[in-house]
Parts: sequence; C-alpha cells; structure tokens
Amino acid sequence: MATEFSIPDSAAKTADAEQEFGSEKMALSMGPSHPSTHGVLRLQLEIDGEIVTKCDPVVGYLHRGDEKIAENMTYNQFVPFTDRLDYLAPLANNMAYAIAVEKLAHLEVPPRCQAIRVLTAEMARISSHLMGLGAFGLDVGAWTVLVLSLNQREFLYKLFEELTGARFTTSYTRIGGVSRDVPDGWLENVGKFCDQFLPALEEILSLLTRNKIFTDRTMGVGVISKEDALAYGLTGPNLRGSGVPLDLRKDKPYSGYEQYEFDVPVGAKGDSYDRYLVRGEEMRQSVRIIRQIVKSFPAGDWYAKDARKIFAPPKDKVLSSMEELIQNFMIVTEGPQIPAGEVYFEAENPKGILGFFIVSKGGGVPWRLKIRSPSFCNLSIVPKVCTGILISDVVAILGSFDFVMGECDR
Amino acid sequence: MVSTETEIAYNSKIEGEVVVSRADAVINWIRTNSIWPMPMGLACCAIELMAVGNGRFDISRFGAEVMRFSPRQADCMIVSGTVTYKMASQLRRIYDQMMSPKWVIAMGACASSGGMYRSYATLQGVDRIVPVDVYISGCPPRPEAILDALIKLQAKIKTERSASNLFKEA
Amino acid sequence: MTAPVAAKTALKEKFAQATDRPSADHDAVNVPVGEVVAALKYLRDEFAFDLLMDLTAVDWAEGASPRFTVVYHLFSSVNLGYIRVATDCTSNVEPTAPSVVDLWPAANWHERECYDLLGVKFTAHPDLRRILMWDGYPYHPLRKEFPLAGIEVPLPDSEVGVETGAAVIAAPMAGGPFVASPGEINLTEAEPRAKDESWSDRRPRPDQTGLKQFKG
Repeated sequence: MATEFSIPDSAAKTADAEQEFGSEKMALSMGPSHPSTHGVLRLQLEIDGEIVTKCDPVVGYLHRGDEKIAENMTYNQFVPFTDRLDYLAPLANNMAYAIAVEKLAHLEVPPRCQAIRVLTAEMARISSHLMGLGAFGLDVGAWTVLVLSLNQREFLYKLFEELTGARFTTSYTRIGGVSRDVPDGWLENVGKFCDQFLPALEEILSLLTRNKIFTDRTMGVGVISKEDALAYGLTGPNLRGSGVPLDLRKDKPYSGYEQYEFDVPVGAKGDSYDRYLVRGEEMRQSVRIIRQIVKSFPAGDWYAKDARKIFAPPKDKVLSSMEELIQNFMIVTEGPQIPAGEVYFEAENPKGILGFFIVSKGGGVPWRLKIRSPSFCNLSIVPKVCTGILISDVVAILGSFDFVMGECDR
Repeated sequence: MVSTETEIAYNSKIEGEVVVSRADAVINWIRTNSIWPMPMGLACCAIELMAVGNGRFDISRFGAEVMRFSPRQADCMIVSGTVTYKMASQLRRIYDQMMSPKWVIAMGACASSGGMYRSYATLQGVDRIVPVDVYISGCPPRPEAILDALIKLQAKIKTERSASNLFKEA
Repeated sequence: MTAPVAAKTALKEKFAQATDRPSADHDAVNVPVGEVVAALKYLRDEFAFDLLMDLTAVDWAEGASPRFTVVYHLFSSVNLGYIRVATDCTSNVEPTAPSVVDLWPAANWHERECYDLLGVKFTAHPDLRRILMWDGYPYHPLRKEFPLAGIEVPLPDSEVGVETGAAVIAAPMAGGPFVASPGEINLTEAEPRAKDESWSDRRPRPDQTGLKQFKG
C-alpha cells in the first residue's frame, strides 16, 4: 500500500518547521581541513536542515606574514615569496611583482623579456584554469575531469622545468628582466604543446559542458549580479562571468599585451555555469596568444642592459671584470636600488586582478608592500551568496570561484 | 624451516599450500603496502601531492592512492604546506582523531622546519606538535621525492614490532 | 587619461584641504580624515569610480607624525582610470579612520585586515574583528616595532598547547634575513652576516625554551 506524503519546503516554512517539529538551527564548521574548500578555508555555517541560513568564512589559516617579510628582504629576495601567493600560476605572480617594482624604478624592459613574461604568464593561466576546472569537477563529482586536467598540467610542468629549472614555484623573474634566456628548442616544444592541448581541452570540457548533472548543479546557482560583483571588488573570471567586460590585458595593457589579438569572454547570467564557461574559453584564448608570441618572438636582450644597480650583469662579466663584480655584490647584498616613491600596479592574473602597492624610501628594501589579492576580495562575497541555499550548492559555488588560500591569506 | 630471522618460509613439499611466517612480518607487509594517506594539504605542496597521484608518478603502485580526508579512515598524515599557528591546533586535533597505527610525513620545507617563512605566524616545523616519521625536503619536493619518502616509511614500518604492539594502548 | 585628471582637479576644487601627493604612477591626493568619506563618495558618484581595488594603511614608524596613513585605491571600470586617496590618522597611538563599508561592501574585509595587522580602528564598521590572525592575538604584527620573528604568546587553543607543550614562539632567525646594512662605508661592516651569532638552529640560545621536537 503506497503512502502519500509531501516533503515540506523548509526554506519557505522555517518558522513553521521550528514550531511544528521543534527543530533548531545547527552550527556546522566546514573546514579548514576539507576536501572541497580548496585549501584551508573555514566556513562557519548555520544550517537549518540542508539550507544554509548564515555563512561566515574564517580565513587566515595560511597567513604566513608575507608583507612583514617583504619589509625585511631585498626586492629580489622577495621573488620566491610571490611564487607562493597563487601557487597554481607562479609565473604570473612573478611578472606582476617585477613590473610593479620596475614601474617604481621607471625601468623599461626590452621586447624579448616582455614576450617571455607574457608567454609564461599565459601558460600559467592555462595551468591555473586547468587546476580550477579539475577541482571544480572533483567537487561536483567528476573524477575524470581532474585526472585529465592534471595530465595536461604535467605537460606544462615539463615545459616550465625546461625553462626555469623548477616544475612550479619557479622564481623566474628578476627586477629588470628574467633570470635566464629561453633555451633552444623550447619554443617548438611550446608549439607542440598547444597543438595537442586544444583537442584535449575539448575532450575535458565535453565531459562537463552538456552534462545534465553538472548543469543541474551549476546553472542558476550562485548568481551574482553586475552591481554586486563591482561593489564587492570581484575581479577576473568571477567579474566577467557576471557580465562586466573588465580585463586589464585589454583595458590597461602592460608588458606588450597590446600587440596580441585575443577575445575576452564575458558571461551573461553570473551563475556558476557562466564562470565555468568563461574559464574554458579563456584557455582557448590563451592558446591563441601563445601561438602569436611563438610566431613573432622578438630577438634581443632578455634583461634591461642599462639597469645598473638594479639588474645583476651576466655571470661571465662578473667573474672577469672588477666593476661588474662590485655591481653584482651590491645588488645581491643590498638589493636593487629602487628610488623613493609609491606605486600601485595591477596585473590580470588567472584568479583575478593581483595588485602590488609598494612604498619605497629608496634603497634595496621596500618600506611597505601591500599585496592586493584577488582571492581575498572574491571571497568577501561568500557570506552574501551562500545564504539560503543547500550545502551542496555551497560546494559548487566555491568550486566556481576558483580561489586559492595562499593568495588570500598571504 | 621457520626461525626468527627469516620472514617467510615456504616449502611446498613440507607445508603444502601453507606459508609460514612471523606475525610481525605479515602485519608489517599488510601495513606497508596499503598506507592510506590523509592529505593535510595546506599550501603549494598539496599540488605536488595531487601530482604524485596522477598517472605520471603513480602513487598507486604503492597502494597509497586512496587519499582519505577523514582521519578515521587514514593511516598516514602527510602534512603538505605551511602550518601556521592558527592552523596548528586543528592539525593536532585531526592527528588525535587518527587511529593507531599512524604515521606522519612532513612534506616540504615549511612542514619540516618552517621553511623560508621565519615569521610571527608560521609554526617552525610541524614536529613541534606531532611526532614526525619522515621529513621530505624541497620547496615543493618533486613527486619522486615523495615516493622516496614513502619507501623510507615503508622500510621504517617493516622494522616495527607490530605483533607485540597490537594489544598495547596507543 | 582625461577622466582621472579631471577627477583629481575637481576633487581639489571641491575639497579645499585636499593636496597633491607625490606618486610614481597614478594621480594621488591627500585628504584630511574628516572629509575622506565625503571625498570618496564624490569620486564614486561623479566620476564612476565603482571599484574599490585596495584599502590599506602605511605605518611610518614610531617617532613619525602622522604615524599611520590610510590609502585607498579606486578604479573606474567605465573610464579605466586609477586614483589614490591617502589620509593621515590623527592619533599616533590609537589610529582611527571612518569606515567606507556603506560606499563599497568590498571595504569590509580590507578594513578588518587593516585593523588586524596595523591596529587602525574603523568607526562604524559593522563587524570589526581580526581576520588573518586569531581572535585574541594581542599584537598588531605589521607595526614597525613588532619584530618579524614574533613575540611569544600561548597557542590559540590552550588544550593543544597543554598537550604538546608548544607555544607561539619567536621564530629562530639565526641572524637573518641576510640583507646588507646600506650606507656603510666599511664594506666588512656592511656585509650581511649573522647579526647575532650566539644562537642558530643547531644551538639554541641559553635563555630560550629551546628547539624541542615533540616525540609523542
């Protein structure tokens, strides 16, 4: 005999449910050690059944004191710390920091150096979006997406290792240039990577884009309006997913981005599905930029030759000539001599806009270095977006935000 | 002929289908070949830990691809990433929730000794709050280094007196 | 860009006490702390500075007056221009500044971080508590007199502290970080060397609790 029963809609009848069933809200702490929180984020949820009524993120579990460390290190000594901010795209962070300090020193780097930096930043963008995609897929239950995207990242790691010596956390840039030139044959390898990457990307995306389960979990979930996105300081694919076409590579180009043709994908509805689509399309556009750079790679120096007191001279000169030896010694021990002033430079990183505010009183060590972190600002909207939804929607929204705690907490 | 020095003795003519061994050897063999890690993935090292699980480095060969985030189901806590003082208490609580036998691998410079973050907020080495069995150096360590550490941990487990510890209080 | 230049000149016309601030890149103005909310509102409404990119403070060290300067970075997604607005806090000992959470909700977390690390209190902030350090941490780490290595305090969770015997200790700097003292004529003095060679990570300082490993 079948019994007829109806499941009460608890969101609408919360007050009745409390009186009828004597239920009360529960405090649930999601994280900091949790597979879906992408690192050490803690969400203090107040839940009523499966519905989240209040959400209070607690960050700071990875606060390592980067800004205080920067006040005690020379500009070049700080480069490894910038790697570990957004540790999924270290080369992009390195570039943003180096350009910020070079702006303060009014230093222009030659075109080859700019091309190297843009090329590595775009490869870092692909690497970061692949990881974001993989983690997002993993959170909503698609294991294969993670494994396939990690596989593609291994190809990128091989390329990074050939160029810089490390798989990731490369510490590749210096103030005034990069640490070494592109090795022979590397550009052909990058071209080969791009050739095999596009079909592989289509395969990865095809697992999710029209997948009924994925679209049910992400369409209409975590909708952020244009006004909210701007008011809360969202940047990057999160802002573009909500319909604001702001991309610093196009709007305030730096390091030679104006020479390359690429499109900027912008979402329409501002839900998690749009953010996912924006990231997928950005990867295709990054491949487009990489192909253009590889085709038109400029010859020349990979560091600013006239940057005395800022960029150490090449090693063969250092070991044979007195003046270069002293220069190298001063730059390594006292740091690149950057004039006094204040500068704020922002770069379009994969996670959003990474900004460096540097106050210098002259000398080789900054007075104050503030890192404007995209993940920190992206997470500030979580209390607003994650109320009134199911717990599993919280997981989908966090996955679509693609934040990284190393950057958020610095 | 079984003795306390040999781990395994098998002579099909004498024992037939029975393999005779020491209890320690059998228990350690089981434990070493199914170390389920609890990835305490805090920072950049967690990405290399994920990379060691993919097809290129394949931690599955060692039986350790089952990354269990629940401490009740895991054997070995791999602390990968910088431990801050704010996180230290949570880490210790999770370690306490793990069932024995349990081991800890401190992966990377930050977990081993605080790494390059000598600052007010970073715990200078996770061994200040949990006992560590294997330290891996590197920032981040290559996946091959993690596998090497796993092999060293396996060698360490093989020397344990598991049978006599079975009935002891943890 | 014309829009931010117009913004800066218009701001200086409307707020007579606003002055130019030297800057290496973007337009920058100094505004007195009593008028900063009105000035930012003016910029947001009249010149479409709809994105508050960054809100931070600079500590000019003990002895300087004014000691704390709060710096706002605004960006306009419409005109694509930046402007930097700086305001000095009146008190050098307990700096305060008005909160701009009503203008941009993005300021909420930025102001919490400023309070946490530098101790600048923002009046009318809805929820001013620590964000990066734990609640109950007694110091403001980014202040200039606070040492990089930190100051010894108990762990945030007292149970764990008792169980393991660990505490928040001053990190063993071993004489680092290795940066030369600038401006020294005698190069031997200027070389980076361990400034305090009485202890290192192998040899603890005699008066310190020592570097002990927890053996479980």
